[in-house]
Amino acid sequence: MNLKRKLLLLETFRTLVTIVIALLIGYIILFFSTDEPLNAFKWFLVGPVSKTRRFVEFLNQTTPLIFTGLAVSIVFQAEIFNIGAEGQMFMGAVGATFAALHFPSVPFLHPILVMIFAMFVGGLWASVPAVMKAKWRASELVSSLMMNYIAFFLGLYIVNYYMRDLRAGYLVSYKYPKTAWLPKLIHIRYNLHIGIAIALGFAILTWFFLYRTKYGYEIRMTGFNRGFAIFSGIKVENVEMYSQIISGMIAGLAGSIEMMGLYRRFVWQVSPGYGFDGIIVALLARNNPLGVIPAALLVGYMRTGAYIMGRLSGVAPEIVKMLQSMIILLITAEAFLGFMRRKIIEKEAMRMESGGA
Amino acid sequence: MKAVEMHNIVKIYPNGVVANRGVDFEVEEGEIHALVGENGAGKTTLMKILFGIEYPTSGEIRVFGKKVHITNPHVAISLGIGMVHQHFMLVPSLTVAENMILGMEPTKFTSIDYQRAVKMVEEAAEKYGLPVPAKEKVLDLPVGIKQRVEILKALIRGAKILILDEPTAVLTPQETGELFQALRNLAKSGMTIIFISHKLKEVKEISDRLTILRNGKNVGTFVTSEISEEEISRRMVGREVELVIERTESKPRDVVLRVENLEYTREDGVKVLNRISFSVRSGEILGVAGVEGNGQRELVEILTGLRFGAMGKVILNGENITNQPSHILRRKEMAHIPEDRVELGVALKATIAENLISDRYYKDPFCGRMVMKPQKIREFAEQAIKNFNIRADGPDSPVMMLSGGNIQKVLVAREFTSDAKLLIADQPTRGIDVGSTEFVRKKLIEAKDEGVAVLLVSADLQEILQLSDRIIVMYRGEIVGYFPKNEGLTEEELGYYMLGVRRHEESRIKEALIS
Amino acid sequence: MNSVLRGILSTQFVYSILRVSTPLIFATLGALLSDVSGVINIALEGMMLMSAFWGVMVSAWTGSAWMGLLAGVVSSILLALALAYFHLNLKTDLILAGIALNIFSSGFTVSLLFMISGDKGSSASVKSYVLPRLNIPFLGKIPILGDMINNHHVLTYLAFLSVFLVQYLIYKTPLGLKMKAVGENPDAAQSVGVSVIRVKYIALILSGLMAGLGGAFLSMGYVSWFARDMTNGRGFIGLAAQALGGHSAIGGMLGALLFGFAEALSYTLQAIQLPSEITNMLPFIFTIVALIIYARSRLSKLHALR
Repeated sequence: MNLKRKLLLLETFRTLVTIVIALLIGYIILFFSTDEPLNAFKWFLVGPVSKTRRFVEFLNQTTPLIFTGLAVSIVFQAEIFNIGAEGQMFMGAVGATFAALHFPSVPFLHPILVMIFAMFVGGLWASVPAVMKAKWRASELVSSLMMNYIAFFLGLYIVNYYMRDLRAGYLVSYKYPKTAWLPKLIHIRYNLHIGIAIALGFAILTWFFLYRTKYGYEIRMTGFNRGFAIFSGIKVENVEMYSQIISGMIAGLAGSIEMMGLYRRFVWQVSPGYGFDGIIVALLARNNPLGVIPAALLVGYMRTGAYIMGRLSGVAPEIVKMLQSMIILLITAEAFLGFMRRKIIEKEAMRMESGGA
Repeated sequence: MKAVEMHNIVKIYPNGVVANRGVDFEVEEGEIHALVGENGAGKTTLMKILFGIEYPTSGEIRVFGKKVHITNPHVAISLGIGMVHQHFMLVPSLTVAENMILGMEPTKFTSIDYQRAVKMVEEAAEKYGLPVPAKEKVLDLPVGIKQRVEILKALIRGAKILILDEPTAVLTPQETGELFQALRNLAKSGMTIIFISHKLKEVKEISDRLTILRNGKNVGTFVTSEISEEEISRRMVGREVELVIERTESKPRDVVLRVENLEYTREDGVKVLNRISFSVRSGEILGVAGVEGNGQRELVEILTGLRFGAMGKVILNGENITNQPSHILRRKEMAHIPEDRVELGVALKATIAENLISDRYYKDPFCGRMVMKPQKIREFAEQAIKNFNIRADGPDSPVMMLSGGNIQKVLVAREFTSDAKLLIADQPTRGIDVGSTEFVRKKLIEAKDEGVAVLLVSADLQEILQLSDRIIVMYRGEIVGYFPKNEGLTEEELGYYMLGVRRHEESRIKEALIS
Repeated sequence: MNSVLRGILSTQFVYSILRVSTPLIFATLGALLSDVSGVINIALEGMMLMSAFWGVMVSAWTGSAWMGLLAGVVSSILLALALAYFHLNLKTDLILAGIALNIFSSGFTVSLLFMISGDKGSSASVKSYVLPRLNIPFLGKIPILGDMINNHHVLTYLAFLSVFLVQYLIYKTPLGLKMKAVGENPDAAQSVGVSVIRVKYIALILSGLMAGLGGAFLSMGYVSWFARDMTNGRGFIGLAAQALGGHSAIGGMLGALLFGFAEALSYTLQAIQLPSEITNMLPFIFTIVALIIYARSRLSKLHALR
């Protein structure tokens, strides 16, 4: 077995160990927070596959995570820490609501226009930190975080003052016209909408974009070594601009699909957290768009499991956040199980010594 | 009494590079011991292990007879070991005194006693005969003084064993003389000195004994006076090398690069380039000599579009390109071998193939309008790996896994296949092994013969003399010497100009600009 | 508009700037202490949140606000140690580790809040205590100024005192010298036997201490309860303020006061019936604008592309 294969195997092993540790910690937390930890843990682990309805819920949870995972992967590949997917998705949903309510209700065309408008809004939102970074070298980290807060308040303001359905007892927008609903993927009782198919399509598209087009090449080289990219004649300011804007567009799209597919009106009163979970997805996937699919399934499964556990055992589903943070910490910890990597490399080097030299 | 005994040292780096393969190394107390070997032989790694910066994979170390585990520099310092690194270990924004007392600060109540710190520094400077300006910021000091600060830093911490890693690389021949005098005085007072170098003349001049490393192994320790330069060289490389490169006669044609009255004031207000004028013609190599930090870096960065804000004119193939960014210049047939290959020249995590096309990834035959052509890229990369002797598994292995010499070959392969009219080569062979050095130098001559205009910037005088058709010398941001031919020119002669001791008259310097 | 002007020109407005700036100043100092040593502390937000939570819970449990403060600060420092351990020992990416710890703190505090009080929104049902305000007689006697600077929360005074302590620490003490050296050239520090990891650990602990004080102020002074995600970006605003101030504690304080001004202004504007969504955005928009201005002024001096 060659070195590359061994190291890949080790990476996979590391990821598995990380997930096991996270689950263990989850169990320990449950042990202290409920009288029936085993029961709660069971719902967390098997909840999403215990009923068709819950399985559909799991797939629908995964859909936005694929989008935000892709969005984050693109900027992370360029070594840009724009963590504004949360706000871009939120604004995308607000934009989608505007488009769904005001654009002409032409069947087929309507949802497409809504999606395009949501992508526009998401891209626009991402362009603020993008311009600040590309033109003035301002840190995108803080500015994209600030944009998340602004998106939240501005979005609620728009919905509250211009689109609010006063007949509903709480803050929601008017219901979308039927032409702006996403169709179901298969004919079952539950609403499994075509969002997941669109998401899978985008994952493949994003992979192609990053690994087979010149723009993707520019993004990856800028991320590997910015100085090298400049030296080679790549216009890194442009790369920093379009990578963030494309990322924002995908996040914005996620917002529209969530609204048109699942709720058919704007319903968020707190930020849903998909943008931040997208960071976890991207990390698990090592920023590879195809890896985003299994990673989003995993995170979506955890999320759904936590909700089901919350409903059935009365434990706060927020404990899943603790598991997720452990996953980030351990996956990105280079030295975690690093001794194994060192051993593999040392052995290989020794083998080359005795055999090769 | 043996000051240092290192036994069977093995060091494997995390990326799999084996730097030391069971080295035995011994130094007597009070001697000047040279550690020689070509680049990549493992000299620096061995000394970093002795100073606790790297930890050996296996092996045993004794200092003054006592078995020790040097886990970090703190331990090394307390054992009386000091090291002057090739890249200075100084904090630029702090003063000389602050750098000197870092980690052993004299205090008054809870704050640092600066007056005492300055006094400590001045006393040490006096004692060892190495004067330094205690209150000045390190940032503003010339290289020679920075090195003095480094040596004093080790001495003030009570070093009894002083390691110097290629200390003369950044010095002029004259400054080197001063350094050697200081080292001899230190040795006389009982200091043990380990001197890393690959310049054999200097080794012969300064050391009592020497140890030769080759490919991570000790291939012999000798009394310096009993071994000839030729013999050292043969053992270093392991074969007879003739690093004499046949310089072909130049047949210069049209002017490709023309620099007129270039002036540049850096962000910190220092004027680093002053009235620089020269030209490079197709089919010739113009060498730029000078001690590092005399404006060469800024000159190259301005010419290649990595730095802006210069006054004056830069003309490439008749077109004014002053202050144009790199992405424009790259499309104007300019190739560039940068001084810092890892920072600029390659993307370590990218594959060899990806590195080889970084200046032409968007063009035919590697890319259509938007979509890249992996098959074409692969074919080109395989060809380049063959033609440029790059030792690697294949086009898909990351550059990170290659040795320094092979990384440089990847870079050189790209720049030499770019069909450029102008090639700017900045320290093209620094820190790479003899084989690769020879290869790169031959390629430079080849390029010139094919009609490329080559601007060669190098701190290595041997390289300058070997390759250049014409030579300019830079000192404090100015051209102070111009040699239209290099026949009969010696390193010493160039050294006087590099130090600013001698200077050609204005009219002669103006001749560097040929119309 | 008139009432806004009257609001801004009152002594009370200045008083409220100082009040709302308190947690921002602590966050800024926390950002500064780690940044000087070359560590960007993104986890300030989570550290403040932890401290705010434990401050309330322990003060309710022990009946002592001071014990609450202690617990809050300790929890914040523990989080800082976790960041240090992951970043320095396990070599986790610094930014991602910070983000992870923020997510952790948010999840941890909400889960525990729910467990203890049965409410996910706030700790209103838990009886907790607040730290006292200080009435300093001689300050009170100064005309006009007295109304602005007297009768503040004890942590407000500590915040301003800390600015000078931190400035002294960085520029006058051996530890400060080591921190600067480690931040600027870690290899140089290492080469003279300074333990880079140890200095960074200390810097992060101090940073956690500052964040802890800021967080405790939020739940035991600013208001008297804990609310879900109540830090509301203050840790990040602290990072921005530090960026504006560079490596000077006093500069950072001015930055924090600027953002404090924006926040105080937003409350004044709320009083004239501007929608709360709009006024809530104000500090964040202010931060963005300040970052742009700062970045532009810095950029105009740079020549190199790198």
